[in-house]
Amino acid sequence: MAEETVGLPVLGQPAPDFEALTTHGVLRLSDFRGMWLVLFSHPADFTPVCTTEFIAFAQLYEEFKKRNVELLGLSVDSISSHIAWIRNIEEKMGVKIPFPIIADLNKEIAKKYGMIHAGQSKTETVRCVFIIDPEGKIRAILYYPLTTGRNMHEILRLIDALQTTDKYKVATPANWKPGDPVVVPPPSTTEAAEERLKVAAQEGYTCKDWYLCFKKLPEG
Amino acid sequence: MPCISPDGKPTSSGMALLSALKEGSSSPEDIARKTGRPIYLVRSGLRELKIAGYVEEEGDTRYRLTDKGAALLK
Repeated sequence: MAEETVGLPVLGQPAPDFEALTTHGVLRLSDFRGMWLVLFSHPADFTPVCTTEFIAFAQLYEEFKKRNVELLGLSVDSISSHIAWIRNIEEKMGVKIPFPIIADLNKEIAKKYGMIHAGQSKTETVRCVFIIDPEGKIRAILYYPLTTGRNMHEILRLIDALQTTDKYKVATPANWKPGDPVVVPPPSTTEAAEERLKVAAQEGYTCKDWYLCFKKLPEG
Repeated sequence: MPCISPDGKPTSSGMALLSALKEGSSSPEDIARKTGRPIYLVRSGLRELKIAGYVEEEGDTRYRLTDKGAALLK
C-alpha cells in the first residue's frame, strides 16, 4: 500500500494562511506581516523533550525579538492544556513562556503545513520549524523527529543568515556565523568569471577561484 | 491577548487599545508604539474590537473609536 504523503509547503512560496485559536487570542498569519515569524510545532504538551525546547526558546526570546522575529508554537493540544503546561513550566522550572501557542485541535494548520508525518506519529505533529519572512514567504523549513530536541541557536543562526542575505545580497558558507566572511554570488557569464579574479583585490574579495570568493561585511 | 471578554466587554488589553485611540484615529503600528504591545496582538485586538463595535476602520490602514467605544472612555 502506498504510504501517505504530506503536502509540504515550498521555500519561496507564500506561507499557507490561517486563523488560529492561540494562548494569546485568535491570530492570523497576516497579523505578523512586517516581521519574521518562526512557526514551530511540537508533539504534545507535558512531554519532556518539548518542555526543554520551550524553555530553550524562551531563554533566547529576547535575541529573537532583537531580530524582529516572533515565535509561534503549535500542537494539537487544547488551549486549556497549553495554559496548564506553560503555567507548570513557570512554576516548576522558573521560565515564563512569552510567545503564543496555537491549539490546532482539528489539525487544520498541521495538515496545511505538513506537520504530521505518519511514519513518526499519526496523531502528533513532528518538530517542524517554518521561518516566514516579513512578506509572508517561507524562507526555511526544518524537520526534526519526535526524539530529537531542536537547537535554538541554529534557528537563530539561520535567521541571521537569511537577514544577512537579504541586506547584503550575499550567501553564507558552511558553519557561517555573524562576523564571518560571506560568499560573493558567483559570476554567471564567462566574461564576468574572467573579470572576477581581476577585480578581486580592489573589491576586497578573497578568492579561491573565480566561483568561490569571500568578503567581509561592514561592522554592525 | 484577547481584547473582548466572553460577556462582550473589552478586557484590560482591549481598553488599552481603545485608550490609544482617544486622541483620534491611528494605525496599528502607531498603536503598537504607543502601548508597547506587539504589532500582531494590536492587529488581532483591533479586529476583535471592530467585530464588537468599539472601533471602525478609517480607510485601509487606520482605526478610530465608534460612539460605543468612545462612551467607554468617558
